[in-house]
Order: sequence, then C-alpha cells, then structure tokens
Amino acid sequence: MELDPLILSRLQFAFVVCFHAIFPVFTIGLASYIAVLHGFFYKTANKVWDRLALFWTKIFAVVFGMGVVSGIVMSFQFGTNWSNFSYATSNFLGPVLSYEVVTAFFLEAAFLGVLLFGRGKVPQGVHLFAAITVATGTFISSFWILSANSWMQTPAGYELIDGRFHITSWIEAIFNPSFWYRFAHMGMASFLTGGFVVAGVSAWYLLRNRDVEANKKALSMCLWLLLFLTPAQALIGDFHGLNTLEHQPTKLAAMEGNWETRSNVPLLLFAIPDQENQTNRFEIGIPSMASIILKHSADGVVPGISEVAPEEQPPVALVFWSFRVMVGLGFLMMGVALLGLFMRRKGRIFQNRLYLRALVGMIASPFIAVLSGWIVTEAGRAPWLVYGMMKHADGLTPSLTGGMALFTLMGYIAVYGVVFFIGVFYLTRVVRNGMRKDPIEVHGEVERPKRPLSAAHTPLDDDFSDHKAGASA
Amino acid sequence: MINIDLAIVWAAIIGFGIIMYVIMDGFDLGLGILYPFAPDEESRDVMMNSVAPVWDGNETWLVLGGAGLLGAFPLVYSVFLPALYIGVFLMLSGLIFRGISFEFRFKSYRNRHWWNRAFFLGSAIAAFAQGAVVGAYIQGFAVEDFRYVGDALDWLTPFTVLTGLGLMAGYALLGSTWLIMKSEGHVQQWAYTIAPRLLLAVLIVFAMVSLWTPLVSPEVRGRWLDQFSTIWILPTLALLCSAIVYRSVKRQDEGLPFVMTLGIFVFTYLGLIASKWPIIVPPNYTIWDASSAPESQLFLLLGVLVVVPIVLTYTAWTYWVFRGKIKVGEGYH
Repeated sequence: MELDPLILSRLQFAFVVCFHAIFPVFTIGLASYIAVLHGFFYKTANKVWDRLALFWTKIFAVVFGMGVVSGIVMSFQFGTNWSNFSYATSNFLGPVLSYEVVTAFFLEAAFLGVLLFGRGKVPQGVHLFAAITVATGTFISSFWILSANSWMQTPAGYELIDGRFHITSWIEAIFNPSFWYRFAHMGMASFLTGGFVVAGVSAWYLLRNRDVEANKKALSMCLWLLLFLTPAQALIGDFHGLNTLEHQPTKLAAMEGNWETRSNVPLLLFAIPDQENQTNRFEIGIPSMASIILKHSADGVVPGISEVAPEEQPPVALVFWSFRVMVGLGFLMMGVALLGLFMRRKGRIFQNRLYLRALVGMIASPFIAVLSGWIVTEAGRAPWLVYGMMKHADGLTPSLTGGMALFTLMGYIAVYGVVFFIGVFYLTRVVRNGMRKDPIEVHGEVERPKRPLSAAHTPLDDDFSDHKAGASA
Repeated sequence: MINIDLAIVWAAIIGFGIIMYVIMDGFDLGLGILYPFAPDEESRDVMMNSVAPVWDGNETWLVLGGAGLLGAFPLVYSVFLPALYIGVFLMLSGLIFRGISFEFRFKSYRNRHWWNRAFFLGSAIAAFAQGAVVGAYIQGFAVEDFRYVGDALDWLTPFTVLTGLGLMAGYALLGSTWLIMKSEGHVQQWAYTIAPRLLLAVLIVFAMVSLWTPLVSPEVRGRWLDQFSTIWILPTLALLCSAIVYRSVKRQDEGLPFVMTLGIFVFTYLGLIASKWPIIVPPNYTIWDASSAPESQLFLLLGVLVVVPIVLTYTAWTYWVFRGKIKVGEGYH
C-alpha cells in the first residue's frame, strides 16, 4: 500500500495541535482565576486566597511548561509538512504568528518570573499586577493564534498575486469575519475549562477532608462562575454557528447532517451520515427545529451539503458527531452547574459525595468538548486549507513522501507520549501533595528561578524525601 | 526602494538572532555534550546549575528566529524545513528531551541517571543537527520554482556529518570555557584539562571544512580565491582568537577563554556570511528573492523593534543577577 503523505500530514498536524491545545486552553482560564485570587487576597487580606493562589500557581507552572514544550514543534510544522501553504500565506501568517511569539516572550521576560517567584519578594500590589498581566498576556497570545486560524477559515483583506496572498488591509485580515466569534467562543471555553478543573480538584480535596475551608471557597466561587458561563457559552456558540452559516455553509450543513437545500430542516439528534450515497441512513430529529434555530422560521431554507460536489465536501460523519459530542457535553456542564445552584442551600454541594464525585469526573468534559469543537471547525472546512482559496493537497510540501511523514508522525507520538506521561504523573503528585509544604521546600533544595516548572517543588520520585533526610542526618 | 532597505534590515535582524542563539544556546548544549565525561555527579550538578537560570531564555532566540523567518524570508522557511525534514524532527526531539531533563533532574534522585542520559542525548542530537544545517546551507539545496524538489536525506552527506561533528566540538569548547568561568576547584580543573583538546578538535574540523567547502560550492571558491580580498581577515581573526584561547587556558585565566571562544564563533560565522552574501537559499536565491511582501516585513518590524530591546535588556539583567561562581552543592536561592 502506498503511504499517503497528505493523510499522514493531516493526522500529524491534528495530533500535535490537539495535544498542544489542551494545555493553553487550561492555562488561559487558570491565569485569570489566579489573578482573581490575588485580587481577593489584596482586597481582603484573607490568607485562604493566598494559599489557593500559591497552589494553583504551581499547577499553572507545570501546565504552562508543557504547553511551551509542545508548542515549539508547531512553529516548525507549517514549514516541514505544509511548505507550499506557508510560502503562499507567509505575508499574513508570518507576521501574525511572529507577533504571538513576540507577545509570549515579552510576557515571559517581564511578568511570568515575578508571578512565579516574586511571592514575598515584591510588594503585594506588584505581584497582583504581574498576575493580571500574565492573564492578559495569555489572551493576547490566543488573540494572534485565533486570528491566524480565523483568517484561514474566512480569509479577508488580501489580494492574490502569482499564487501568494498579499495583505491589502491588516485590520480586515486580522479582524476577519469569523474572528470575534471564534475568540469569544474560545475565551469562554478557557474559562469553563479552568472552572471545571478547579471545581473538580476542590471536590476531590473535600472528599478527602483536606484543606476544607479553602476548597469550599474555591468550589463555591467556581460553581457561581459556571452557572453564568455555561449558558453564556451556549449563546456565543449559537452566534458562532450563524456566522458559520453565513461564511461556511457547507460546514454548517455537515454539522446538521443536512444533505439537501430545503426548508423545514429537522434538528437531528441521531443519524448515520452516508457520504457515499449522500444521505443519512437513520435519523431521529425534531421536525423543523434546525430551520427555526438557523433561520428563525420553520420554513426557513437551509443550504445542504450537496450544494458542493462530493470531492469538495468535508467528512460529514466526523463533523456531525464531533458537533454532537461538543453540544452534549455543553448541556451536561450546564446541568451540573445548575444542579449546584439547587444544592447550595444548607451547603449540600460541600457534603453530597455523589455530587462531589460527579464534579471530579467532569474535569475531563471541557477538554473533550474543546477538542470536539476544534474537530468540527477544522474537519468541517475540508478540503480547504484557506477556505475557498487553497486546498489541503495544494498546501502540502511537494517533496514530502509518505515514509517521511509516517516517520515523524510516529516520532512525535512517541516524544509527546513520554512528555505527557511524565507531565501528568507529576501533576497528580503536585495535586496529591496539595497545599502542604513541599518536601523540596522543606529540605531547602536548590531553586533555579525563571523557568515555569521550578515553581512547583514537588519531587518526582517517592524516595526523594528519604534520600534528603538521610543526607542531612 | 523600500523593499531593498527592509530586506537588508531583516537580514541583519535574523543574522543577529542566529548568532545570539548559536553562542548562547551553544554553551549550554555544550555542557550537555560534556555531561557523560564529567568526573562526578557533583560536577554535573554544578554544570547544570551554571546554565539553569538562562538556558530557556537562550532557546527563545530559536523560536523567534523560526517565526521571524516565516515572516521576513518565507522562502528560507519553506525550503530549509522540507529539505531538512528528518533533521528538524531530530533537533526538536533533542531539545524537548533536554528541556524536560532540566526540569526533572533535580526533582528526582532514584532516576537521576535517566535524566543525565536524556540531557546528554538531547543536547548532542540537537547540536549535531544544527551543525548539519550549516553544512547543508553551504552545500545548497535542489530548488525549482521556489520549491524544494530534492529527497529526504539529501542533506546527509559526509560533508554535513563533518560540520555536525564540528559544531558539537565547538559547542563543547564553549561549554568547557563557560565552565572555567563559572566553576572552581576540581570542576574547573577538569574544564581546564579538556578545553585544549576540544580546541584541537575544533581547529581540525575548521581546517577540513575550509579545504572542503570550495569543493562542494564553486561560488564560495570563486569568492575566496579569485581575488585576494579583505574577507581573509575574518579567518585570520578566528585563528588569532584560537591562539589566545590556548594561551589563556594554559595560564589558567578564567574569563578570557570563554570570551575568545565567542570570538572564534563570531568570526567564523561572519566568514560564512561573507562566503554567501547575499545568497540566502543557495545556490540561487538572494535575500530579495526570499523576502515576504514589503508591507509584511514592515508590519512585523514594528513589533520586533519594540520587543527585541526589551528581551535583550531582560537577558542582560538575568546574566547579571546570576553572575559569579557556582559552588559544589549550591544552587541559586
């Protein structure tokens, strides 16, 4: 069998970007949460906020470090596997991605160090300022990345000269038609991710009766936050969908599983899309509901997938089902947040073990929802790399062979597998250690500032403390 | 007109970024290469501690360079990366593994030897890959119609293996002279012993590459041999620096060996640029052919002009804060 470099490159990019995305989507939300904790501490001088901030900053340090490590690969991957695409779009993507790097460095250079290592060494107000700046910086980073992605979805502000995109308006290109929707949707997703992780970890501690006072506070504030954010996200998602209908109707048709352009389109709850025969094999749906949602009237005409030729259609089943996973999890998150409101009376959210366990389980849900959402939007624009302008096949590196692509795909899976295993293993140790003083802090192990992970002092090996204790005896 | 000006400005920025990366990440990669040869575990602690506060700042130059190339000279980005496909993968894997060893070596005891190995292998592979890139740049690339058309392993030739090993030796020399400056006692004595041997290795490769380059690249031969020109001053200065490194190591100077090793790197680098200028994608494309649109170069320039001075200030400040010797059993507190 001939190895197809196109499929392998797409798989590789999907793998690397999915692996990478889970870290920033968490750190962006967490950075804001840490800034809020610092703000509360600054205002109330209640030590609980400070302890929470310290603990979550450790988690932030580890996850941020993993995000940086996994992100380095991406800045080279455009060139290695998609050189025609890089060359054609470099006039826009080059500066925009560089601005992201430049922002990230500026941030790291100036404020991350202060946030991670400045505790007790700089005035409290300066520490708070650093926390706010880091949180803002993570948003500026995502601003550039999402602008680049949105431009590929809804290109604007350019003219094509000899097969290369030249920018005629930076404003139009950066703030392209789908940008604000994607930015809002993603920003909200980061908050939800941060919220559900903090809620889940706090619930885990409450189940074990550890640091009860602090974790009650953390859980309570998270549930209030999630109560408002989950419906807000549904609303933003709805607007984003309408934006997609306007600019990428085929993607939306695939999300709805709607093959023919027609009125009274049902909202499908279940279906088995059959791409070969251009139809669904089995459908359960709410009559006319999709027309009502998308066109605000039952006889609103919604465009179908078959508007474009089969070779220009996205993989419908993948898009259709990923969309349902995302929306389903969205409703589940909304339900859990709402349940929290009802259980709040008499403090049952802190005692009901079933609810606390459910919260622990929900930690995974925002991550899965975010990845599903990205699969919807990325697979949904196939076969277009730059929507309507450049196909995946035309963006591929011409000299790339299937063997080369397979080699690096396996390689990245192996490398990331190791990094992920160690990272998650280490994170669980940091969580298990909790708000106790770390053995490394106790034993005065060397501290090498300026790097994110050094802010977490938890040892990696079980026998570390024994060794240090033995050495100092 | 503005196009020409911007291309040169950007060539200067990228050129500056590359040499900053090479000399700054060079010495910490070099320490990684020397890791298995260190006399004892204490020395390894000292070696890692001496670069721990600065190494990730050093690597930021690599990422900035990668992104900057896409923005300013996309042809370089879209030819070099496909041509060096396997090498780029190896380099990135190497950098990732040594990055996590920095983090976890001090957090573990039982498994420390694994982190030592990861640190060595990651550093050695990354250094070799970077050296091979230099060799591949001298060789040139099979490019047609602004696209790389060669095979996956065209870059891997005896010549690039030599340049790869050469850069490993060069980085190791930088690492050893850095260690002379930053350590004391038996660690420093060990560094004094190995530095002259590494210098010898560097000079041998330097001579071989100098003799070999005119054979792999006729253009370079023309530039150096057709008329006797001022560029000969660059290798002369590099050799002069080597001589001073040797003398100062023998005299047990502490700072001079490192500074003069930097000199070897800078003058060799300038010599390489002088051999190729203004060709940036050999054998045929100049910096102007490789440029992105002038409005894109200008747009990015605005940001870079603001940020690079800040990064430089911050970098200088970090080195200042962490100046001085590293003692055995002591880190930065």
